[in-house]
Amino acid sequence: MFNASLKQLSTQLAEKKISSVELTKAFLQRIEARNTEYNAFITVNEELSLAQAQVADQMIAAGQASQLTGIPIAQKDIFCAKGWLTTCGSKMLSNFVSPYDANVIERFNQIGAVNIGKTNMDEFAMGSSNETSYYGPVRNPWDVEAVPGGSSGGSASAVAARLAPAATGTDTGGSIRQPAALCGISGIKPTYGLVSRYGMIAFASSLDQGGPMAKSAEDLALMLGVMTGFDARDSTSLQRETEDYTRDLEKPLSGLRIGLPKEYFAKGMSKDVECAVEQALDEYRKLGAEMVEVSLPNSQLSIPVYYVLAPAEASSNLSRFDGVRYGHRAKSYGDLNDMYRKSRAEGFGAEVKRRILIGTYVLSHGYYDAYYIKAQKVRRLITQDFVDAFKQCDIMMGPTSPTVAFNIGEKSSDPIQMYLSDIYTSAASLAGLPGMSIPIGFGDKNRPVGLHIIGNYFTEAKMLNVAHQYQLVTDWHQRSPV
Amino acid sequence: MQWEIVIGIETHAQLTTQSKIFSGSSIAYGAMPNTQTNAVDLALPGVLPVLNQGAVERAVKLGLAVGAKINSPSIFARKNYFYPDLPKGYQISQYELPIVEGGSIKIQIGETEKTVHLTRAHLEEDAGKSLHEDFQGMSGIDLNRAGTPLLEIVTEPDMRSSAEAVAYAKTLHSLVCWIGICDGNMQEGSFRCDANVSVRPKGSETLGTRCEIKNLNSFRFLEKAIDFEARRQIEVLEDGGSIRQETRLYDANKDETRTMRSKEDANDYRYFPDPDLLPLEIADSWIDQLKDSLPELPEARRARYITDLGLSAYDAAVLTSAREIADYFENLLELLPDQAKLCANWVMGEISGRLNKEAIEITACPITPAQLAALLSRINDGTISGKAAKTVFESMWQGELERNADAIIDAKGLKQISDDGAIEQLVDEVLAANAQQVADYRSGKEKAFNSLVGQVMKAAKGKANPAQVNAMLKKKLSA
Repeated sequence: MFNASLKQLSTQLAEKKISSVELTKAFLQRIEARNTEYNAFITVNEELSLAQAQVADQMIAAGQASQLTGIPIAQKDIFCAKGWLTTCGSKMLSNFVSPYDANVIERFNQIGAVNIGKTNMDEFAMGSSNETSYYGPVRNPWDVEAVPGGSSGGSASAVAARLAPAATGTDTGGSIRQPAALCGISGIKPTYGLVSRYGMIAFASSLDQGGPMAKSAEDLALMLGVMTGFDARDSTSLQRETEDYTRDLEKPLSGLRIGLPKEYFAKGMSKDVECAVEQALDEYRKLGAEMVEVSLPNSQLSIPVYYVLAPAEASSNLSRFDGVRYGHRAKSYGDLNDMYRKSRAEGFGAEVKRRILIGTYVLSHGYYDAYYIKAQKVRRLITQDFVDAFKQCDIMMGPTSPTVAFNIGEKSSDPIQMYLSDIYTSAASLAGLPGMSIPIGFGDKNRPVGLHIIGNYFTEAKMLNVAHQYQLVTDWHQRSPV
Repeated sequence: MQWEIVIGIETHAQLTTQSKIFSGSSIAYGAMPNTQTNAVDLALPGVLPVLNQGAVERAVKLGLAVGAKINSPSIFARKNYFYPDLPKGYQISQYELPIVEGGSIKIQIGETEKTVHLTRAHLEEDAGKSLHEDFQGMSGIDLNRAGTPLLEIVTEPDMRSSAEAVAYAKTLHSLVCWIGICDGNMQEGSFRCDANVSVRPKGSETLGTRCEIKNLNSFRFLEKAIDFEARRQIEVLEDGGSIRQETRLYDANKDETRTMRSKEDANDYRYFPDPDLLPLEIADSWIDQLKDSLPELPEARRARYITDLGLSAYDAAVLTSAREIADYFENLLELLPDQAKLCANWVMGEISGRLNKEAIEITACPITPAQLAALLSRINDGTISGKAAKTVFESMWQGELERNADAIIDAKGLKQISDDGAIEQLVDEVLAANAQQVADYRSGKEKAFNSLVGQVMKAAKGKANPAQVNAMLKKKLSA
């Protein structure tokens, strides 16, 4: 049951072989038994989950079920869920019970999916290892000494450890893809604007995008169908026809032109990762794809650009956490400014403070043009690189992360090294392109390696097709650490 | 030394939308604190702004009314600062690319017309209110007002006196009400002005250091604050001092301005484009539609009154000070097409005076243009005198005889004697009874004539048509 695909679970529920309540209880028990080991969940709420499971069973009985009705889904703790503690991995929101549902949560609720718990994450999604969480580091189920990646580390760990059939994540510079790679699962960040950001606590608004994390591309396709869609409450939400993301899964790949950005294969990638990526590309050749070398000349600038723009937006987005209306407020303080200072000093962790400082600096009078404006210009160049490269290929591939999962504590004192974890993922984020990671084997210390798949705008169905065809002929996605 | 005062004005006009600029909450005035606040207004984690199209529509209308350029796209930017009544920790405003750029407004000071150029007008959200009095040792926050749509309208430093500043503010006030984008209620803060004031030696081309006086919510305060501030600055400079650029507050009780914060204390607002809101694009077709929906503007009416109706610039300005007054005037004029001056005098005189006295708006005027026209046409055809008309007007105002002018004239016996025969008879009687004065007049004492007129009028109990009496007397005396 814990290794079953979403489709299999759906069938079992439909055939009444198992009820949603039973399924939910089974996962809750599994979480209870194993979460202390992985620290993948911040909040589990049996009462709320089971209430949803009961509703789901009624929907199934009434013939109102759709594919994910009754299936437990782990929700990243960045999504506001009514009645649930919603912390965003921060002390600042350690007392915040959301009075409303995020659009993503609403969508799952509407189809009768069960919220199985809120997953751990880097504080305010700022991190690549899940070590910045106020609730402690998440552990990688493949090796508890290793980080799960971040910021959606709790979701990745939960899916890898089979504590949830699937999970949601969010990705600003690689926060779905990198933890998916490090935990040996599949994850997709769709085109910017497909998933509503309403109720998804903002880190960097122009980059943040929700997406699913699951065991396989097929599962991702089902999840994505629920998560995407226009939402009038998010001005950056795109008005498009709803899509069936499973529609192209079975298409053969013959003639597929896979672009290999030469900059991604030049240097920086560790040997074990390179080896696994080459093997995956060979598999694609066997499936009938052809490889095309493409170039993304400005992609080496994506990390510096990202670390100007994302903190700039974050510094402003996080201003609302002032201790006035909700969230952490210092116990004792003098005047108003002292209350702000102490509440924020106590409520935010070191990495969040670092980014607020960077962001405040780059937006300051006299520095704005040199940093923020310049970065915006380079962002356009990076985007243009992709537009040009996609004239020569249908899809791009490369490593998701330069290395396999590193050890907890290994990079936490060196922010630059940590930031380089997103070197392959941040460019697609800056361009607003969909990106995906699928497991393709193991590297050093038998830790998972992920293949990064970048699609053109709105080609999620094609990307899922490309991933699914690979998963039909390989079994990396079925490997489980537990 | 002769000093010149230089003034620029920033006005915050609250727009007449039903809901807030980025959320669906009501903006109705006077509700219980925090009852008009939703998740977006409270800036809960994860919420996002969605622009109210009604606010954009009103901004575009203002732009069209002042002949400005409508920018498309325009950009919403975040102005970052911390304050408890600013829930997000930033205000959404427009910075580098405002929705309205340029344009001008013509103002009238006496018979002189002057053009005030606008720099820009941009959309932004209002902040909430901090209440410091009602809570011991604490402050209360009311976020009902947070997110109320404002249009900030900024002029060039084109004004040279408090009188010009007030004329501008009144003209703008009338315009925003005229086109229906603002209710103009100054007590409720729907229309508030900040004045940038500097002084310089007369003849100098360079601007002096300016001080900004915030939140002037009446025309009188605007005038007094500018007068005080200009005097203060001149005194400082004449004493050999220099002006510090700063923001000042006007204290109406003491009639003075005081430092609020100096430029050094000013925040670095770290403006940047709001990534939650896309650049605002406005279709030309929509602009055309809004252009067609605008009423005839006060400037156009003013020009028409001067050229077509022959009214003075002053009269035209007064009549167009509010759309309702102009409409009343035109409804009246429609019934008395050749009597523009008479209509203007009555609207500006009796009607306005009476409305002011009773503190009611012209829309609540008890006398309709048709009723007034009936009265004025009786002056015109000589049925009653101007003086009698005022009596009739008073009766009409009081609602007597269904405000029917003719009925009132009859009932009060106010009809003039306009019959030549009757007047001749009166004149003959007076001439016969006043032989001495007739002789005086004939011997060159002009004054005697007036006395004779008075006698005739007295004999007629004030009802004789004065022009006819004059003419008849002249005729008889020169015979």
